[in-house]
Amino acid sequence: MILQGENILKQYHHNGGLINALDHVSFSVRKGDFVTVTGPSGSGKSTLLLSMFGLIRLSSGTITFDGKRIDNISDRHLTDVRKKSVGYILQSFALIPYLTTIQNVMIPLALEKISGKEQLKRAGEILDYVGLSDRMEHLPRELSAGQQQRVAIARSIVHRPQIIMADEPTGNLDPTLSLEILDFLRKINQENKITIMMVTHSPVASEYGTMKLHLNEGKLINS
Amino acid sequence: MTISTLVLIELWKRKSQLITGLLAITLGIAVIVAIQSVSIVSEQNVARNLDNLGANILVLPQAASIDDYYTSDIDAPTLPMDYVERILTSTIAGVDNMSPKLTRRVKVGNQSVVLTGILPKSEIASKPLWQSSGLLGAQLKTACAPSSSANESHGLEDKKLQRKAIDTLFSEDCLAGSQVAQRLKLSANSKVNIMGKEFNVVKILSETGTVDDDRIFANLKDVQTLLKLENQVSAIEIMGCCNAISQGLLGQLRNILPDTRVTTIGQIVSTQIETNQLMKKITLVMLIIIFFVGGISIGNYIWANVNERKREIGILRMMGAERSTIYKMFLLKALILGVAGGILGFILGTLAGVILGPYLAGIIVKPVYMYLLWSILLSVAISLAGSLFPTYLAAKFDPHSNLQED
Ligand SMILES: Nc1ncnc2c1ncn2[C@@H]1O[C@H](COP(=O)(O)OP(=O)(O)OP(=O)(O)O)[C@@H](O)[C@H]1O
Ligand SMILES: [Mg+2]
Repeated sequence: MILQGENILKQYHHNGGLINALDHVSFSVRKGDFVTVTGPSGSGKSTLLLSMFGLIRLSSGTITFDGKRIDNISDRHLTDVRKKSVGYILQSFALIPYLTTIQNVMIPLALEKISGKEQLKRAGEILDYVGLSDRMEHLPRELSAGQQQRVAIARSIVHRPQIIMADEPTGNLDPTLSLEILDFLRKINQENKITIMMVTHSPVASEYGTMKLHLNEGKLINS
Repeated sequence: MTISTLVLIELWKRKSQLITGLLAITLGIAVIVAIQSVSIVSEQNVARNLDNLGANILVLPQAASIDDYYTSDIDAPTLPMDYVERILTSTIAGVDNMSPKLTRRVKVGNQSVVLTGILPKSEIASKPLWQSSGLLGAQLKTACAPSSSANESHGLEDKKLQRKAIDTLFSEDCLAGSQVAQRLKLSANSKVNIMGKEFNVVKILSETGTVDDDRIFANLKDVQTLLKLENQVSAIEIMGCCNAISQGLLGQLRNILPDTRVTTIGQIVSTQIETNQLMKKITLVMLIIIFFVGGISIGNYIWANVNERKREIGILRMMGAERSTIYKMFLLKALILGVAGGILGFILGTLAGVILGPYLAGIIVKPVYMYLLWSILLSVAISLAGSLFPTYLAAKFDPHSNLQED
């Protein structure tokens, strides 16, 4: 097991009451799984995805990653886990607007203090892999939506993470581009043995999953 | 790429915002540098002027201030020339030498110069600097002046040279200070027309670093006639014996010279020290104001920048950037702003001092390069202090809630 959640509870205070965004959720992900998380809007999908590595702190429950508890470790250590082992892809691409394609891709390597030469080499290779070697010096606003998401994918894998967390990566893309991106994620999953956990609305996208989680009102529904 | 490169790229891509962020601190530093550059020069000038006065007692008209004495405005008060005679014929002991002077600011062509009428013999004998500049030596004993004996020996070696020099400042001759000579393009043996009268330039005086550099010296009689101030002088510089001063020379002089101010150089120096202390207080107040205004303004700029980049901070934190990385990003930016503000402030302030100094304070201001270091240190300190709190808040941002907004 690479990632395990047990009795995960996330409560939000709202108008004096409590909302269970995640209501005692338990699941296990094996190394190399392509996990899809589906469910209606507001069912807690993003909350689940982002709480795994501390971007949202849980109310209770335990999370184990790569054999170690990570729900009770310090913010500093969690940050370190994210830096070394996790890649994120968001619906909104989350690129840094004033950096070029290659600079955006180099950020995870810069955070790991990898040498400039190595950064250029690895970012160049990854951009080749996602088919953007002719767009290296473009700014995000000079790229199409599909290209921007490919930059984000390149950025999420450049530091060779163990797991990619994707929150509706095709949400802003048209159906053709969506398929392209999904095929790409599957390729990464199969060729590089990187575990993927992907939140999606789309039934087509959920078909890519080797393991499927379905949420409703914060509860896991067995399917 | 490193986090520092990221900071530099961001700064460069948004350089127009930079100017607003820098404005307050740059202007603040500029004002301090300008005040300091001007006051340090005036301080040095006064010290040097007094040092080289060659006299230790000054007799001024009652209504005149020490500033009048240096600036020599048109309507500066005068005292009667007879007072020289009066001192000479009195029984007062301890006056070794006297130099009456009439000084006025006049126009030569379109340039403003200070014309000083002197009695050559006594004037020159009481000027240690001029003696060393090779004009002649002193043959009068100069009381208390520490450097006098050295000058004396110079002069005594060639009696003829002394006589010649004293004789050369007869009517229609003049000596030009080095700066005046430069401004009016004068050289030895050239002619200069002052208020309709033609003068021969006998010699260009070598640079002394004092007000004398900006003066033309002519025979006292000529100057009195020219200014229609017959028998009037602006001041009498007296070389008094130190013992005599401590035994009441000043009081004795006051008794026989009505309507005058008789002061020692020591008193003048202490007045100047008071002025300098006032300038220091003003600078201190400015410093405090600038610390707050500059700090708040930079802090405000950084806070706006932090807010604009909330999402970016969230993205970086998501990718594993530590809080310390966020600190580094914004404090490095503040540091760069601080250095830039310090350098710009120094340049602006120095330019202001150099350009305005001659108009406002009547002195030549030179850049004080040491202030560059102080400007940068001060500006960086202000900038970092102002940015600390916004940066602290930025590092504390919850990454998740900042990822969502688009
Ligand atoms: N900061 C918050 N404060 C209060 N309630 C919150 C907060 N964030 C999320 N929630 C609530 O938690 C629940 C789960 O939200 P979440 O964003 O995980 O849903 P989702 O399944 O990702 O929905 P969508 O498909 O629309 O993205 C929602 O009911 C939401 O209102
Ligand atoms: Mg969501």
